[in-house]
Amino acid sequence: MEILLALMVGILYGTGIYMMLRRSMVKLILGIILLGNGANLLIFLLGRITKGAPPIIPGDSKVFTEAFADPVPQALILTAIVISFGLQSFAIVLVKRAHTVVRTDDLDEMNATDEDS
Amino acid sequence: MLTAILTGFLFSIFLVFVGRFFKGKLSILASLVPLGLFIYFTQFIAPVTNGEVIMRNFEWIPSFGVDLGFKLDGLSLLFSLMITGIGFLVFAYTSSYLKGHEYLDRFYGYLASFMGAMLGLVLADNMITLFVFWELTSISSFFLIGFNNTNPASRKSAMTALGITGIGGLFLLAGALLINNITGTYSISEMLTMSEAIRGNEFYFLMVIFIFGAAFTKSAQFPFHFWLPGAMKAPTPVSTYLHSATMVKAGVYLLMRFTPVLGGENIWNYTLIAVGGFTMLYSAVHTIFRTDLKGILAYSTISALGILVFLTGLGTKEAFLAAAVFIIVHALYKATLFLVTGIIDHQTHTRDVKRLAGLNKIMLPVGIAGILAAISSAGIPPTIGFVGKELTYESALHYESLAIFLMIGIVLTKIFLLYAGFVAGIKPFVGKLPEEHENVKMPGFLMWGPPLLLASLGVLFGVAPFIIESALIKPVVTAMGADASEIHLALWHGFNIVFILSLITIGVGTAMYFMIKPSKKLENGIARLDFISPENILEQFNKIFVSVSNFWTNFFQNGYLRNYISIIILFLVVLVGYIMINETRFTIDYNSLSKITVYEITTTLILIAGIFYTVFTDSRLAAVAAMGVVGLSICLIFVFYSAPDLAMTQFSIDTLTVILFVLVLYKLPKYLKLSDYKTRVRDGILSTIFGLIVTTLALEVLSEPVSKEVGEFYAANSYIEAHGKNVVNVILVDFRGADTLIEISVLSIAAVGVFGLMKLRLKMKDRRRYADRSLNEENLKK
Repeated sequence: MEILLALMVGILYGTGIYMMLRRSMVKLILGIILLGNGANLLIFLLGRITKGAPPIIPGDSKVFTEAFADPVPQALILTAIVISFGLQSFAIVLVKRAHTVVRTDDLDEMNATDEDS
Repeated sequence: MLTAILTGFLFSIFLVFVGRFFKGKLSILASLVPLGLFIYFTQFIAPVTNGEVIMRNFEWIPSFGVDLGFKLDGLSLLFSLMITGIGFLVFAYTSSYLKGHEYLDRFYGYLASFMGAMLGLVLADNMITLFVFWELTSISSFFLIGFNNTNPASRKSAMTALGITGIGGLFLLAGALLINNITGTYSISEMLTMSEAIRGNEFYFLMVIFIFGAAFTKSAQFPFHFWLPGAMKAPTPVSTYLHSATMVKAGVYLLMRFTPVLGGENIWNYTLIAVGGFTMLYSAVHTIFRTDLKGILAYSTISALGILVFLTGLGTKEAFLAAAVFIIVHALYKATLFLVTGIIDHQTHTRDVKRLAGLNKIMLPVGIAGILAAISSAGIPPTIGFVGKELTYESALHYESLAIFLMIGIVLTKIFLLYAGFVAGIKPFVGKLPEEHENVKMPGFLMWGPPLLLASLGVLFGVAPFIIESALIKPVVTAMGADASEIHLALWHGFNIVFILSLITIGVGTAMYFMIKPSKKLENGIARLDFISPENILEQFNKIFVSVSNFWTNFFQNGYLRNYISIIILFLVVLVGYIMINETRFTIDYNSLSKITVYEITTTLILIAGIFYTVFTDSRLAAVAAMGVVGLSICLIFVFYSAPDLAMTQFSIDTLTVILFVLVLYKLPKYLKLSDYKTRVRDGILSTIFGLIVTTLALEVLSEPVSKEVGEFYAANSYIEAHGKNVVNVILVDFRGADTLIEISVLSIAAVGVFGLMKLRLKMKDRRRYADRSLNEENLKK
């Protein structure tokens, strides 16, 4: 399964970059989201995956008695998911805004700060 | 002593607040500052004559050995007296020269801070302090040259001067650091005791280069001389003060100061002789091609600086003596000539020497000053200039191996300088007064007083050289590391070969003055050679530099997001790919991998389908929906592999993103086919390689052992210390609580941003403009 996951991480990264290279702003955002998902999955994978052993201490004990999944990558990814949501929502609204103002979806037409160019 | 140095800076700060009161009649009071300092420094004459060296040390950054260390010996005293003495006269002169000028206060501020910096420079004993003051003089010089800041030529000259002297300053810093590396001290006095070790060091050559780099740029030696004629764009008091009497001598001062430390080796002596010798002759010859009075004086100043460098290079006691005397000689006559030129410019509004004659009839005192200065510059008795010239000749004559070449060089230089002095100091005053100048007025006392005083001093010191002998000259020679006890200055040296050479110099020079008339023809003639001048070469170099960096910047910073991404990814692919090809082992231990079940295969397939659907669909809504599928599949993977918290978070966040997307989607444009087939293939290949690299990287890392120490620490302490059983939650809210707090703040900021962008309304004006634009575009499409 690790090989499959590594493959998927690669696909997410590759497609993410491909989407970011498009000129459409909507695709740019989709690319960022794909890339973000790929990064999360990569951290998850590299922290080693464990089946059926969530890092939650069983009800009656004070420490783990059996094997458990590493909680550190999970904490990192949780943070990453939330932060990338902040980024995504801001980007989506920004794109919408930029579109109402400059009436284009083409990034190439937005590469100058001057209004008349 | 620190107070004395800081006075200049304090005064200029003071002027910032009360400057407007100083523009009128009160401006003459500004000259009290240098006068006071001059009197302060005269009190040191007696102790320095007796061989005392006054040291003052104020700690600045003791841990780096950087102190505000000051040392007053003969050399420093001579310069300090010149700085404050000529400073006083220039300050007084300025109050009349720039009377009623809008920015007179500013001018005084610059001048005063320059004076402070220059005093600091000549008194500094610590090389870092020296460097700081050195740069401060360059900076104040920049402001003074560019004082007429509405004139583009003036601004350009200021930039050139700052560039050249600024680079020199960096050389000085480099030299200081290098010497410090060897001696472990920045104190010049301490370096004196380690002279042997420094000279024997393998980096001696480099140190000499650095110190020369600093000195030659500051003192306008060839090929760095060209900033000085440009600096003549400054008002004349500045030219007098900075660009002939004091600042340009800083380089010479540095060489003299370091003669006992670094000097005495062949490379030191011969380089100085060669550079100084060439500069003095080259610039002296150049004076006959100039018609602008200040141009003539600028080149003769460069030539005089060349003589000083040359004399320092000779390295004999006689040469040091000649140099010490010549510093005084030059300061007196050149300052006079500049001030006289300033008066002529001020009264007649021209500095073209072709149009000037007979002004004696109008401004006799000015004429007397000019003629006396010209005589001193020519080295005609009974002026101090004669003493200086005799000493110079003598020291060149006694330099065994090269005497004959040196003599030819120095005599020729002196002949041309005599010509230059006569043209600048005598020609405007004798002959018939042209009609255009008949209504010229006599200037006020404040203007003609200072040059006349300086010129008279030149004669006084010549008649009675003993006045300066023990007080100023001997201590300088001592400071340069030679025995000064047997020095005796005299006007009459007896009838010898030196005297004959003097006669030849005066005769030929005077003949030249009568035969060569400054003319436009000569000036144009030399202008034709400009294309090989160092100035021009530097300018060409600058142009190339600017265009190359423009090209470089525009190539990489072209404003297209995808180009930035492409370059970054390409670089990463090449770099990481190269290492991978060499290092990757591709060994996977299949036993350590977890098993694959049907659920997982299905989820993976859905995920892959979702991803590719997102990428290739033509509908935005479908793409967003597929995006949601991708998110939910990842959510499932989290569920399978023991991460319930992640699954919950991913689920809610993914849903929210899709909802947000759909909400604003109807306002977003339809997909356009913006890129052609070729670009897409190219990007596709790049992305595929990148994806492959990430996959390989992940597999490589998986084959390495992993440390779970941190995770185990949290697991062990989660309940015992933080009383929570869900370890991930405990990490977020307890162990790393502060991080989470900051994360929440980031989210709130993003939320505020989102809210702001949603609610922002365009102003009516802007809205109309954008509406117009889209209307135009539509019309164009039709």
